[in-house]
Amino acid sequence: MNTVNTGEAIVFWVCAVLSVLGAVGLITSRKAVHSALWMALTMINLAVLYIANNAPFLGMVQVIVYTGAVMMLFLFVIMVVGVDSSDSLIETIKGQRFLAMVLGLLLIVIMVWGLGSSLAGLPAVGLGEANRIDGGNVQGIAHLIFTDYLIVFEVTSALLITAAMGAMVLAHREHWQPKPTQAQLSVARFKSEEHPGNRPNPGIYARHNAVDTPALLPDGTPTDASIPGALRARGEIAPVDINDGRAIEEADSL
Amino acid sequence: MQEVMPATGVFSLLWLLIALPLAGAAILLFSGRKTNKWGPYLGVFTVFVDAIIAIWMLIAMMGNSAEQRTFSQNEFSWMFAGNLKVDMAFQLDQLSMVFVLLITVVGTLIHIYSLGYMSHDPDKRKFFGYLNLFVAAMLLLVLANNYLLLYVGWEGVGLASFLLISFWQIKPTAAAAGKKAFIINRVGDVGLSLAIMVMFVTFGSVGFDEVFGSTSQASEGTLTAIGLLLLLAAAGKSAQFPLQAWLLDAMEGPTPVSALIHAATMVTAGVYLITRSNAIFDAAAWAATAVVVVGVITMFMGAIIGSAKDDIKKSLAGSTMSQIGYMVLAAGLGPVGYVFAIFHLLTHGVFKAGLFLGAGSVMHGMNDNVNMRRYGALRTAMMVTYATFIIGTLSIMGIPPFSGFWSKDSIIHAAFESNTLVGILTIIAAAITGFYMTRMAAMTFFGKARWEDGVHPHESPKVMTIPLIILAIGSTFMGIALLFWGNIETWLEPVTGFEEKHIAIPEWALITITLILVLAGAAYGWIQYARREVPLVAPRGNWLTRAARQDLYGDAVNNTLVVQPSFWLSRFLVWFDGSWIDGFVNGSAAFFGGLSARLRPYQSGFIRSYALSMVGGAVLVVLALVLVRLS
Amino acid sequence: MNPSNYVILSALLFGIGALGVLVRRNAIVVFMSVELMLNAANLAFVAFARMNGNLDGQVVAFFVMVVAAAEVVVGLAIIVQIFRSRRSASIDEPNLLKY
Repeated sequence: MNTVNTGEAIVFWVCAVLSVLGAVGLITSRKAVHSALWMALTMINLAVLYIANNAPFLGMVQVIVYTGAVMMLFLFVIMVVGVDSSDSLIETIKGQRFLAMVLGLLLIVIMVWGLGSSLAGLPAVGLGEANRIDGGNVQGIAHLIFTDYLIVFEVTSALLITAAMGAMVLAHREHWQPKPTQAQLSVARFKSEEHPGNRPNPGIYARHNAVDTPALLPDGTPTDASIPGALRARGEIAPVDINDGRAIEEADSL
Repeated sequence: MQEVMPATGVFSLLWLLIALPLAGAAILLFSGRKTNKWGPYLGVFTVFVDAIIAIWMLIAMMGNSAEQRTFSQNEFSWMFAGNLKVDMAFQLDQLSMVFVLLITVVGTLIHIYSLGYMSHDPDKRKFFGYLNLFVAAMLLLVLANNYLLLYVGWEGVGLASFLLISFWQIKPTAAAAGKKAFIINRVGDVGLSLAIMVMFVTFGSVGFDEVFGSTSQASEGTLTAIGLLLLLAAAGKSAQFPLQAWLLDAMEGPTPVSALIHAATMVTAGVYLITRSNAIFDAAAWAATAVVVVGVITMFMGAIIGSAKDDIKKSLAGSTMSQIGYMVLAAGLGPVGYVFAIFHLLTHGVFKAGLFLGAGSVMHGMNDNVNMRRYGALRTAMMVTYATFIIGTLSIMGIPPFSGFWSKDSIIHAAFESNTLVGILTIIAAAITGFYMTRMAAMTFFGKARWEDGVHPHESPKVMTIPLIILAIGSTFMGIALLFWGNIETWLEPVTGFEEKHIAIPEWALITITLILVLAGAAYGWIQYARREVPLVAPRGNWLTRAARQDLYGDAVNNTLVVQPSFWLSRFLVWFDGSWIDGFVNGSAAFFGGLSARLRPYQSGFIRSYALSMVGGAVLVVLALVLVRLS
Repeated sequence: MNPSNYVILSALLFGIGALGVLVRRNAIVVFMSVELMLNAANLAFVAFARMNGNLDGQVVAFFVMVVAAAEVVVGLAIIVQIFRSRRSASIDEPNLLKY
């Protein structure tokens, strides 16, 4: 196939645009989760491009391994680190952003120019013959892996084992003390300064029983302990009065 | 033509001549205090045996015919480097024979004298060791058969001279004098080494036979250069102008040293060098002229300086300088004069040694005082010294029939044979010689006694006076003996060549004129110093006297021309080293320090900065790749 | 349309990935940008395999994927470790190797 037929051309353009979009989204999203999702978009599109290039096996592997396993791994780790965490967009290192833009653009321009000029007139042989020899793309790849690239295969598998072991070692948390039993946990809770029991429920008043209205202690003062931490942290505590409970009398006095 | 004979019979002992005093020096210098008692006698013994062998060799040599008087003995092959082949080989011919005799016989007498003179010195063993070392080196110098071996002896006598001048190292003046002598000698030595190098380049060898045989193959320019360089060397060693400043300071050494080294032998090595290289000087007329000029200048310089000094040894040193000027002058005259230069050298060696030893005897009796203004009327107190000194004085002035008359008048005659002006100058210098020697004798032995308190002059012990007597006998008869019985002209002719030219003035007239002028000078000296009162403090004197007291400003000239520039050079180099080289080194260190201080902040620790520089590098690599590939 | 367009796309994605490494501060996003660069390289390999007419490019891309997977595993484990001790996932935090 010397040139590309129109079907492939359309596929290319669509997938190319989408993958570039995904890449840009990856590097510009504030939240890490969003970046991961954009990345997944790019990878799927790349898988489609692989298939368009007569590499069906590779396309499938891309979906299964890369998008399926690697991206999931990324998402798990983002969850461990903190889903909510977002980067501030202020650059702390002086000149980094500017230089990065310049150099990045320069890199792209030079590579595109160089590759474009050198590959412009190059005829593509196409994989029709190669895929046919062993009776299919998968068989062709298998033939190569297990004959020409056997050593590489073996070494890579050793690498995989090592990586798995490494991950286990790195993620392992050594327990220096036995896990605290429930009795110990209980004792610790009562010893601490914090209120050992349940927190009070939010106050239920005639007119309000929202989560941000504090409950009243026996002496009538409102307590912040009944308000969820997020609201407490934001200071969104509705004012409450002992007299809020006397609504019926007020209504009567009107 | 000389036939070179193998060294058989007594001549096979040639090597022993050098080995004996060398062994003596080694034993005396390395044995330490153990040999303090008998060391000096060993020193005397070695040189005495050498003298016996030398006399024996002379008798054997005289038995041979004139063509068969050159004996060669090759000890071993010393250097074998490329084209340079130098052997440790000795050659005894007529010229070296007379030198060997002079060195060993006069040396023995001076060694015996030193037994008495240095008897109270705690370091006398070392003294005799150094003296033996000197004798060995000087013998090596005259017995060498090639210039390189001669150079070894040359250096050796320079070393021995240094060691002996500064023998009493404690005295700063002695140490300074030794240093000065060595450094000025060194300047001359440069001339000799350069001459040897030129010789090797021109002739391919440094042996006497090869060099003298091939003078016709070299250009006159080369031969003139060699001659001038040899003259430089001779000037250094023989204290000729312009390297004469060290000789007067060298009188700091003990008197036997002054007698042996700075009167009889070492200072004559220059004359030996010129005479030995007669083939070169005969072929290079300009070099020979330069030799004559140097000789004339020094002849006058020495005489003038000697006339104004109150120190008896320094006055005698000026006299030595002047007499060697005579010898150098004669050697520069060519074949007419070589023989007489050597003749005068021999007679001078004997009478000057006698004069110096006599001066030492006087000093010994006057508590080592050298100031002649403190002498006077010693002729009754030290009779033997007085008699021998007067004989020496008459000899040096050139009064017949003493030895100096024959040798000096021969030189005057030879001077007239070459150039009338030079002849007249030699006669004038002879007159001045008469003046200053009479002055010396008058101030010391005649007039009124001007002794210091507590000084009781007495005659020296026999061990000192007997050598004086022997030398006086030599001063009296040696001239007649050498000229008529020994036929010195024909004896030396095979080595140096001899010519006689006819001059307009008859010989008897020349002798008479010379004698009259010498006696006139002597009379003037007598009137000034024997008849008149000699003041205790030297009077101011006229400009010439004052200049002569300053050694005719020789030291001042050396100081300005050499010493001060050396100081400036070293100060400049110190400054240059300090500011430029150190500046450069420190500057480059500071530069790198500053550079690294400026580069250090780039290691900020931020991974993204490092990633940035990596991408920058990648951009450059890709750019280079693309440009190279696409162009 | 030319098969070399794939290579141009790969260069573009590579550049964007490089930008992401330089600009983002979150360690995990940086890691993802690196993965993007690897993917771009894979695309180039596959395109060249097609242009050259043999499957070697695809085999290499395959191995790249394997190695990238292993690398992600170990890298993320390290990030988790660092996060546990330092409570921060910013790659500007570990800057102790400075002058």
